[in-house]
Amino acid sequence: MPANRFNGFTEYGVGIGLRIPHYQHILTRKPLVDWFEIISENYMIDGGRPLQVLDQILDQYKVVQHGVSMYFGSVSDPDPEHLRRLKRLVNRTKTPWLSDHLCWGSVDGRYTHDLLPMPYTWEAVKVTAERIRGVQDFLEIPVVVENVSSYAEYHVSEMTEWEFLNEVVERADCGILLDVNNIYVSSQNHGFDPFSYVNAVSAERIAQIHIAGHSKFEKYILDTHDHPVLEPVWQLYARTIERAGPTATLLEWDDNIPTFDEVHAEALKANRFLHATAAKISAPVSEFVFQGAAQ
Amino acid sequence: MSDLLELQRRFAAAVMHPLTKNETMPRRRRDGVANTSEAAALIKPNDRLTGFERLEIYNRQYWFRLYTSFEEDFSGLRAIMGSTRFDRLMRDFLTECPSESFSLRNLGSQLEKWLLAHPAYLEPRSQLALDMVRLEWAHIEAFDSGEDPLLDADDLASIDENSRLHLQPYLRVLELHYPVEDLLIELRNEAGSSDSSSNNASVARKTRHVRRVAMLPPEQIFLAVHRHQNSVYYKRLDREDFRLLQLLLSGAPIGQAIDFAFEDSVIPEDARGPWLQQIFASWSTFGWFTQ
Ligand SMILES: [Fe+2]
Repeated sequence: MPANRFNGFTEYGVGIGLRIPHYQHILTRKPLVDWFEIISENYMIDGGRPLQVLDQILDQYKVVQHGVSMYFGSVSDPDPEHLRRLKRLVNRTKTPWLSDHLCWGSVDGRYTHDLLPMPYTWEAVKVTAERIRGVQDFLEIPVVVENVSSYAEYHVSEMTEWEFLNEVVERADCGILLDVNNIYVSSQNHGFDPFSYVNAVSAERIAQIHIAGHSKFEKYILDTHDHPVLEPVWQLYARTIERAGPTATLLEWDDNIPTFDEVHAEALKANRFLHATAAKISAPVSEFVFQGAAQ
Repeated sequence: MSDLLELQRRFAAAVMHPLTKNETMPRRRRDGVANTSEAAALIKPNDRLTGFERLEIYNRQYWFRLYTSFEEDFSGLRAIMGSTRFDRLMRDFLTECPSESFSLRNLGSQLEKWLLAHPAYLEPRSQLALDMVRLEWAHIEAFDSGEDPLLDADDLASIDENSRLHLQPYLRVLELHYPVEDLLIELRNEAGSSDSSSNNASVARKTRHVRRVAMLPPEQIFLAVHRHQNSVYYKRLDREDFRLLQLLLSGAPIGQAIDFAFEDSVIPEDARGPWLQQIFASWSTFGWFTQ
């Protein structure tokens, strides 16, 4: 049973990101994996090997699409060609939901290929929510938006990041992909308590969770996805599923990619939290609600 | 104008502006705008970083991501030019032709055109370098372009000189002045066997490539860049094959393409019929003809 209205995928368990260095291992060894997350843009092409590999993966695994260039927060309209190709891929993968980031990245038809931070203003809430609704209507599948990690804050911001996130998803009536590593990275860069974020976010809209490792520099933390998950991130994860219920979880590992088995083993550490939360849920409902709402 | 649009334009102008030689954000931009005041106006400092330093993280990230993608797409060009001259070309090209696509795959789509308008970047080995650019772009196109359903035997039997043949969208033909495909295969084989995390090793490889490339003798070649079982292949063509394919790809009727292929050809008149039969049969085996 779904743990919340947007979380129709409670049973999805723990997935991992499909990455090229692992193609061969996955296709030949067919490891048991709950699901794979793919980067949509890598497969929004007309033909060739990436699509062949994708079709082979689709034969055996559940696949969820994750995008990196929809830029819900960009003022400029999305490229119709982008939407057309994305919809074609959605039809191919039958992804049950589709995620992309709560950020901007293009302006006047020029693309930065980066996930740039939003100013947390009411104008931005309105623009972003409209864009999400438009994409959701066009694709005809649930859209969930992911919080990004950021290294800059704007003078013009009128609310906190979590207030902004809540306002946007409420107006767009969409789900949330909560990246707890991103929350941790941003909390360190901007000096807020990451638990304030996790405790304030609309738990009933959390459809998916990202966990990842990151790099620490002298003066800031960069979201590099090239390390095992750190303990504070696991703690945020535990608190998130305590509030949202068991939720489809994905480990991101994009750089210095170790063997498939190492990545998978790291991802499966999430199970200890998922199982513990599932056990709590099967306890009387009042007890769970009380715990979830405690902070 | 909306405040959000103005903010995005100002932020993007700073982020997409070239870095200094030391790969830092310049204090003043080429258009005279001071990044110091832009950063102060837009971005809050924190207890460790100024607004300028925070903006600089994005400026650097933008360029490093583009460089990584571009270097991967044009590793052959880099080997020919050497890293210093390649870096300058890359920076200036990407400044003038920033990405206009949601996909980084298209980053180099305007490179050949841009180089033809700015030939000084490639001197003194302009032709060799330009050949490599054309091959590397054709490779990208051949790698992930579509594959259409094949023409069956009945369709093939019914074609005449007025028919127009459709060819696979992944097929590209090139007329080159150097055998750059041999060089590219060699470079890719070496790169494939190297440890990419070791910087020293890659610097050593680079200098060796540049020296060897300098000795590559010119040779006119015709090349088909195509795909078979999802791998990209380079196939040398004769002059006649090339001219025939070139016209068929442009949508000309078969009769016209054949006349063009045999202009000034060394193939004797009476050998041309069997030659055509053989060539059509082999292209059909490659799966180049489509519905
Ligand atoms: Fe993420």
